Amino acid sequence: MASQQFRLPDLGEGLTEGEILRWLVNVGDSVRLNQPIVEVETVKAAVEVPSPLAGVVTEILVSAGAIVPVGAPLVRIDVEISDPAEGRGGGSDAVPGSQPAPVLVGYGPPAVAARRRRSAPTGRAKQSEAVAREPQPLAPPPVRKLARDLGVHLETLRGSGPGGVISREDVARAAEAAGAAQSPEAAPEVRSPVAERLPLRGVRRAMSMAVTTSAFTAPHASVCLAVDVTASMRLRERLAGLSDFAGLPVSPLLLVAKALLVAARRHPLINSSWDEAAQEIVVHPAVNLGIAVATARGLVVPNVKDAGALPLAGLARALGDLTDAAREGRTTPAAMTGGTITITNVGVFGVDGGTPILNPGEAAILALGQVRQMPWVVDGGLAVRDVVQLTLAFDHRIVDGRLAGEFLADVSAMLTEPAMLTAWS
Amino acid sequence: MPASPVSRVAATGDLRIVGQAGSEALVQLLTPEGERVDHPDYVVDAPAERLQSLYRDMVLARRVDEEGTALQRQGQLGLWASLRGQEAAQVGSARALMADDMAFPTYREHAVVLCRGVDAVQIMAIFRGLTHGGWDPHRFGLAPYSIVIGSQALHAVGYALGVQRDAARARGPARPAGQTTGSPVAVAYFGDGAASQGEVNEAFVWAGVYNAPVVFFCQNNQWAISQPAERQTRVPLYRRADGFGFPGVRVDGNDVLAVLAVTLSALQRARDGGGPTLIEAFTYRIGAHTTADDATRYRSLAEVETWKLKDPLERVKAFLHRKQLADPAFFEQVGAESDALAARLRRKCLGMADPPALAMFDHVYAGEHPPLRRQRAHLAAYLDSSPDPGEVPR
Repeated sequence: MASQQFRLPDLGEGLTEGEILRWLVNVGDSVRLNQPIVEVETVKAAVEVPSPLAGVVTEILVSAGAIVPVGAPLVRIDVEISDPAEGRGGGSDAVPGSQPAPVLVGYGPPAVAARRRRSAPTGRAKQSEAVAREPQPLAPPPVRKLARDLGVHLETLRGSGPGGVISREDVARAAEAAGAAQSPEAAPEVRSPVAERLPLRGVRRAMSMAVTTSAFTAPHASVCLAVDVTASMRLRERLAGLSDFAGLPVSPLLLVAKALLVAARRHPLINSSWDEAAQEIVVHPAVNLGIAVATARGLVVPNVKDAGALPLAGLARALGDLTDAAREGRTTPAAMTGGTITITNVGVFGVDGGTPILNPGEAAILALGQVRQMPWVVDGGLAVRDVVQLTLAFDHRIVDGRLAGEFLADVSAMLTEPAMLTAWS
Repeated sequence: MPASPVSRVAATGDLRIVGQAGSEALVQLLTPEGERVDHPDYVVDAPAERLQSLYRDMVLARRVDEEGTALQRQGQLGLWASLRGQEAAQVGSARALMADDMAFPTYREHAVVLCRGVDAVQIMAIFRGLTHGGWDPHRFGLAPYSIVIGSQALHAVGYALGVQRDAARARGPARPAGQTTGSPVAVAYFGDGAASQGEVNEAFVWAGVYNAPVVFFCQNNQWAISQPAERQTRVPLYRRADGFGFPGVRVDGNDVLAVLAVTLSALQRARDGGGPTLIEAFTYRIGAHTTADDATRYRSLAEVETWKLKDPLERVKAFLHRKQLADPAFFEQVGAESDALAARLRRKCLGMADPPALAMFDHVYAGEHPPLRRQRAHLAAYLDSSPDPGEVPR
């Protein structure tokens, strides 16, 4: 028996990565040669990858949902070597998919492939454009590579070779000199600015796809309203002093969430989804309240299941737990699915408002701006009040301006006069 | 295992071909259910051995194709173009060729390569990026794979015109052009997508006007990558031949017997000085265009399932079974042979050495000349200056 790894091959032409859709085998399973073991999706196609090895799966090295670069080990298989010719290469990783020499069309070690891709539209493209216009330092490709590896800029060198051609020795000397000059006081290296290319992975990728889907399937419209929440702010202070809320976050978000839940009961259609296949509107029986949370990894939108059934303290605890989990990266997939309406608190970023994009599948999303003191007309005179701007974006296939306006006005009324919360609860 | 796993016996004698190409309907001799049907123009009496060997070639071709796809998915090939579904069109047409005929294939004609006697390992070498050609075109009567869409149709016509002129010169100037009895024929393979290319239409013009001994073998597999055949033509493809002045015929491309009969007839016509024929083999590409394509994005699963019912192998198998022309041992033996071929291909493929970088100069020109020598010396010097000799294979 010999343990061998199978690495993700380039499944298309010149691809750099693939997403593991699902595993078709488990640890402990016996696999035949060419038995499909994993489904992988690339930018070109979703394909079943057949095992290049016959044996027993001992380890699955990447889980479903992961996006892995070409060349990344996928699975470890204990192989029975019956034919000595098959086992040629011997070493545990000397297996198909881990070839050292990139002789295949569009195939190469991951770092090389990735670098080629990233640099093509940026630095190197510019460089080759410039070649035509101004004289470039002369150096054969191996020397250019050496310079790149050592971080030496050929533009700064004068070649010692015939016709000013830069030699390996020139580069090595320059690298040595640069190393000597690299004392702590040395001026920072000046590099020509090159655009940074960020890989689209994980949360950032999910967000990009979600907003794109939503923005180009649901026709968005929005209504907004500035609201005097002075009374709510006073209520908030009183609630925070109650023993029921001891240790719980009593935020403006909590009161807005409560007002939204009460208003949603008065206007059930706001809590619904568009079923494209059935050409029907699905009105949800319960509100699973999504909260958009900014995390270090990007935006996530977990939701509180059946939030309308929770007492206010329970809602406060649920919202607190949800945001804590999201910021610590502990949000479960279950918490991310099944949302029916969402609140996004853009006020925490110090802005007054914005027009949010719907969480895919939902009919409405409420953006809450920062609460701040503003001049406000009260009983015909100017007063200083706590004011917040609310924006409701909605799927115009389901919700029209009238419903959106009435819904937002109700939310606003409960925040301006908290007694309405009780009246409508 | 012999170097040529597939027999390359051109069909003669035991098939009786009557009539000419040009009939309106789809020529079919074996239905998808495996029933023999008669056709007024193509009366065929095929003995069991011939049917068995056609079936065997199709099984081997399919197995090679499966292994090619698997090897690509495992990172051993850069790309693979699957022939699945087109075995009958390729085997039937290639088995009609004589040894000195010349075929000009696209990159999907793996079964043609097998039937011409080339070791399938050579196909792997191409898709592994180790060779630009793969085999000696003259030895096997098979030009290199053409990646450029449709260019090979012009190559085939050029070759056919050469054959025609060689024959005319051999006979002396008094003979009228076009009389090339007994001389080789060129076959241009291409697809429905290539039928829209200028090269193919130019090839039609030249072949028609000069009465070239060429057969245009179009595998209409219904999809030009993601474009359906109805986006290539308003009339059935075979009827385009009318406009160029030679006959066209549509044959059931999944019926190996009908393809063989129709191709034999067209080849004979060309040998007899009758000029070109366009054969449209009506078939289906069961797989994606290549391993870098996702066919589910542009065609329905129902369509694929419909065509799977017309499988080219199953109908021959059903016929052999029903007529008791082959026993279970035969099918077992063919299966075992195909598995052995696949295992050998895999072993050879994984063991193939990278070609030395300097080999790229070897086949660009027929002979050496000073600029070529200079370039070779330049590259050799460059390789010597490489910081990491392991980077570039010597």
